[in-house]
Amino acid sequence: MTVTAASTPEAAATDAATTAPAGIRRKPLPARLFTTYGGLVAIGVLAYVLMVWAPGSMSPFRLGNLGKYCAFALASMGIGLAWGRGGMLLMGQGVFFGIGGYAMAMHMKLEAAGAGNVPDFMQLYGDGTMPFWWEPFRSGAFTIFAIVAVPAVVSLLLGLAILKRRVKGAYLAILTQALAVAFATLLVATIKETGGFNGLNTFTTFFGHNLYDPEVKKNIYRIAAGLVIVFLVILWQLYRSRYGELLVATRDAEERIRFLGYDPANIKLFAFVVAAVMASIGGALFVPIAGIISPTNVDAAASILLIAGVALGGRASLLGPAIGAIAVGYGRSSLSEKYPDNWSYFQGALFILVMLFLPGGISSLWSKLKSLAGRVR
Amino acid sequence: MSEPMQDRLEIRGLTVDFDGFKAVNGVDVTFVAGRLHFLIGPNGAGKTTLVDALTGLVRGTGEAGFRGRDLLSLKSHQIVRLGIGRTFQTATVFEKLSVLQNLDIAAGLHRRSAGLLLARRRVPQRVEEALETIGLTALAHRPAGVLPHGQKQWLEVGMLLVQDAQVMFLDETVAGMSVTERDETGELLRRIGADRTIVVIEHDMEFMRRYADFVTVMHTGKVLAEGTVSEIQADRQVQQVYLGTVTEVAAHG
Repeated sequence: MTVTAASTPEAAATDAATTAPAGIRRKPLPARLFTTYGGLVAIGVLAYVLMVWAPGSMSPFRLGNLGKYCAFALASMGIGLAWGRGGMLLMGQGVFFGIGGYAMAMHMKLEAAGAGNVPDFMQLYGDGTMPFWWEPFRSGAFTIFAIVAVPAVVSLLLGLAILKRRVKGAYLAILTQALAVAFATLLVATIKETGGFNGLNTFTTFFGHNLYDPEVKKNIYRIAAGLVIVFLVILWQLYRSRYGELLVATRDAEERIRFLGYDPANIKLFAFVVAAVMASIGGALFVPIAGIISPTNVDAAASILLIAGVALGGRASLLGPAIGAIAVGYGRSSLSEKYPDNWSYFQGALFILVMLFLPGGISSLWSKLKSLAGRVR
Repeated sequence: MSEPMQDRLEIRGLTVDFDGFKAVNGVDVTFVAGRLHFLIGPNGAGKTTLVDALTGLVRGTGEAGFRGRDLLSLKSHQIVRLGIGRTFQTATVFEKLSVLQNLDIAAGLHRRSAGLLLARRRVPQRVEEALETIGLTALAHRPAGVLPHGQKQWLEVGMLLVQDAQVMFLDETVAGMSVTERDETGELLRRIGADRTIVVIEHDMEFMRRYADFVTVMHTGKVLAEGTVSEIQADRQVQQVYLGTVTEVAAHG
């Protein structure tokens, strides 16, 4: 890597000479280091807060809540990729959150039922026979595979159908929103197969570990927070890669990209699939922490809440969507504790304020303040 | 690489029909490598539509043969991959990205897609050369959005260079440029045009006189005349429909 090699002044000089002989002026080393590795340092700080500070000083209840926000954050980070960098406003990520969530919940439900037995609700609402497609979810390995593979395949087919037809902007937003509505409706209608409106709940174990054991709970939190960090690093690499540049270019001038020999649909498709897989993993982690997944976790309103975090944090920034999702989750629970009846008004007001005064989200606060300070001076 | 003589774009009977209105009507024209080919004509003559049809932006009928393929049957990005590039009347560079990033993306055509997931480690040779050719080396890290109009157009030309486009359609590249910028553009096109097919759509008659090797005049969707600048200027028909009025306009300001 060129920058690590350039840690001494001499090395920096030769480095600049070998890579840019034609006289392209390189940015000064500190600036280059900051643009390249600043994001990693920020991820490191967040990793410390989530992985070391939080488990050490938060009550199990608060930690569980934070774990839930981490699950939302994974979905929001995917939206950040697709929307902030790719220009695709995805208003139906609840669908993929739900795919991962239900896959995990089915596995845990079968674990709770025990080998050879059928989940309780099927005896309650149906004739006690299990649909064949539940069977493979007895296997933990298959479940993990499905949590990644199913949303990937579904989003790939969906993306091909939508993006190749050049559906974009508000039409894409409405289409994805409609999918979330349809998905939730389908779940409600299939009470014998999916638990219907009640969703899937009352789990006992998570891959063989007792869910009521505080240490197990803590570890599940650690997995959720750890995956947030892992995916932040993945996004960091993606954003600095050539693909990241190409995605931004596609967002800003899609037609122009065509005349550079790329098919913009393929570029956007990749971001769409990654966002779907991230939402699915988020959903899968939500289930053991929340102890439930139901249609209200995946419908249109849930999907919009995921977007709220992205908008609040700053959709095009690396950390913005993750921090925004955690902030929205935290705001939601603390406001709903104080004002159980009308907390959603605060949320709406906050959303409007951000859109009006800080369209780039919290992460644009710093540059905004800097330019303000510059104007005062 | 194929020999220069093979690199010709032969257009036969090209027609673009917009619901009965023939914006381009049975055009025959051949673009040959190594000469600056100007495409002129009054507004609405069908120049841009012709290029749109050749680059997959609108559907045309007829034939446009290049390296054994018919361009009219291909999609935009496939046409680009065949070695045909274009610019647009309004410069459309990626404003948020730097000059270097703009060029790097244009060079991506020759990369394998797996490499896309890696960051750029050094400036590719091709990009470096293009920066040098278009004279933007010193501005490589500047966001393309802040460049003045002329430099944006050069950046567009640079993007075609890194694409290694063998045929370049430049749509009113010098429109809105200062006189110095215009002359620099002309020299730039001369330099890069030696082994390429460069087709310039232009309204600026002065620019055409100075730099055109060959001129095709279009009028109401058809080819009115073809030839060198002096042949075109001597053509009665051309004078009538186009040159007379425009030279007057140009002369008066």
